[in-house]
Amino acid sequence: MASIELKNITKVFRDAKRKRDLLAIDDVSLSVERNQFLCLLGSSGCGKSTLLNMIAGFEKPTGGSVTVGGKPVDGPGADRGMVFQQANLMPWLPVWENVAFHLRLKGWRKADRRAAAQEYIDMVGLQGFENHFPAELSGGMSQRVGIARALLLNPQVILMDEPFAALDAQTKMDMQEELVAIWQKQRCTIVFVTHSVDEALVLGTQVAVLTSRPGRVRELIDLDLPRPRDITGQQFNDHKRHILNLIREEGMQQRREAKADPVPAGRQGAAA
Amino acid sequence: MTALWKSWERAVVPLFILVGWEIVSRSGLLPAALLPPPTVVLHAWADWVFGFDETAQGNSGRWLADALSSAVRVAAGYGIAAVSGILLGIAIGWWRWVERTVEPTIQMLRPVPPVSWIPLAIIWFGIANKPAIFLVFLGAFFPVLMNTIHGVKTADRNLIRAASMMGATERQLLRHVVFPAALPSIFAGLRIGIGAAWMLTVTAEMVAVKSGLGYVLWDSYYFLRYDLVLASMASIGLLGYATDGLIKLLMSAALHWQHGSTLQSREG
Ligand SMILES: Nc1ncnc2c1ncn2[C@@H]1O[C@H](COP(=O)(O)OP(=O)(O)OP(=O)(O)O)[C@@H](O)[C@H]1O
Ligand SMILES: [Mg+2]
Repeated sequence: MASIELKNITKVFRDAKRKRDLLAIDDVSLSVERNQFLCLLGSSGCGKSTLLNMIAGFEKPTGGSVTVGGKPVDGPGADRGMVFQQANLMPWLPVWENVAFHLRLKGWRKADRRAAAQEYIDMVGLQGFENHFPAELSGGMSQRVGIARALLLNPQVILMDEPFAALDAQTKMDMQEELVAIWQKQRCTIVFVTHSVDEALVLGTQVAVLTSRPGRVRELIDLDLPRPRDITGQQFNDHKRHILNLIREEGMQQRREAKADPVPAGRQGAAA
Repeated sequence: MTALWKSWERAVVPLFILVGWEIVSRSGLLPAALLPPPTVVLHAWADWVFGFDETAQGNSGRWLADALSSAVRVAAGYGIAAVSGILLGIAIGWWRWVERTVEPTIQMLRPVPPVSWIPLAIIWFGIANKPAIFLVFLGAFFPVLMNTIHGVKTADRNLIRAASMMGATERQLLRHVVFPAALPSIFAGLRIGIGAAWMLTVTAEMVAVKSGLGYVLWDSYYFLRYDLVLASMASIGLLGYATDGLIKLLMSAALHWQHGSTLQSREG
């Protein structure tokens, strides 16, 4: 059974101020098997976050259905862990309390929460920072806390929205490696949003290339590259060339449409 | 050396004022009765507190009782205002329907100065503690309420998302996310509220109550005891300062996580 099923998802944002609707997602169907690592790849504003938020339950699709583990999604819940672009840690709680926030909600005693948090703090390599407050952490460390917090839910599905976008190249590489290691160990399904072709190819077992405005799945690519991924290898670069070509075609098509129809309905401003 | 200076820093301005005041009132520019010098005020104050030579006449030795009865009124009115202001503020900030039904009324009551309630307060509650407590409540309630609403409304939506992703119910969101997120703002309201609380206790005591620092102040005015008037004023200032300090202490304990992340956390 597929872990995540998206069936004919459409999403229209009502824009009350400008009196027009924005078609953000147009008829997306995706099915993600268990233990897959799916990367959603697309340019800015193409609806990646919107799609992820619908799986998380923060947004409701205008049409179509989302099921996770066979159950329809009707709101956020602890069966799906989410790692946000900004870590979104509670600034008034120390690292370990942030990691164990879910257990706090479940009413666990402090000592038990503290003990349970440690495993995940170790997993993301934050030993020694248990009692730091979020304001005292670097961006990369905050993201690690966010990941540990999602892992502690022990969810069947982890959703990640460009979690490494704000990190420098070196930290990003380290975190990607760690994430793959954690994923291999925890055996969970990950949906990972990114706008970087390299990142998608380093991480994913599948890459869904999205078109922009409205967002559609242009192509779903299976990656059977050996790990650790060799970013200079032949296969890697074949995939990369292919994806870049898709993106380039897409861009050309958009410009052509923009010329033919300078103020397209349902589109904001000029096409990128 | 710098530590020594630091501890004296806050005394510099008051000392300067006291010395200047002493010089002016001893110089004979004003009749001595109208502006008693600090030494005379201190003398009367000391007798009011310790009761050693009857300078303060009927008030001699009664300071603690007076201060306490004022403080009790502040504590009662302020306590009620703080709890109800925070609870109602969270409700208004969180639920739209509460905001729509309650807020217009509150916004209409808010500009009415608390002192203008004095006649009604006396009719309703008589001349005793209750009208004073009622006035204190009115003075402290609105700042606490408005700041709580603001704190709730400006809470980071992403934190709420993060918590509901971890399975938080609405009650848990309010308790574990919205309330702590609004806390800095709530404390700002509490600190404005404590000032208003002292102001209104004293006002009430001048009009509707027969005890407390405000009563002594007004009574001494009738008996032309300006030294005691000034001593009352100083007492009120001191107690206000002390209670504000207490709240600040509470605040820095509750908001210790802000250390190093905000400008205000720099102050010792
Ligand atoms: N709450 C909303 N109301 C109205 N329009 C929205 C809303 N959220 C997103 N949109 C619109 O939907 C489109 C897709 O937004 P989305 O945030 O999903 O993009 P994205 O692919 O995540 O972009 P980025 O890579 O920049 O994060 C955008 O055009 C955006 O303006
Ligand atoms: Mg996004």
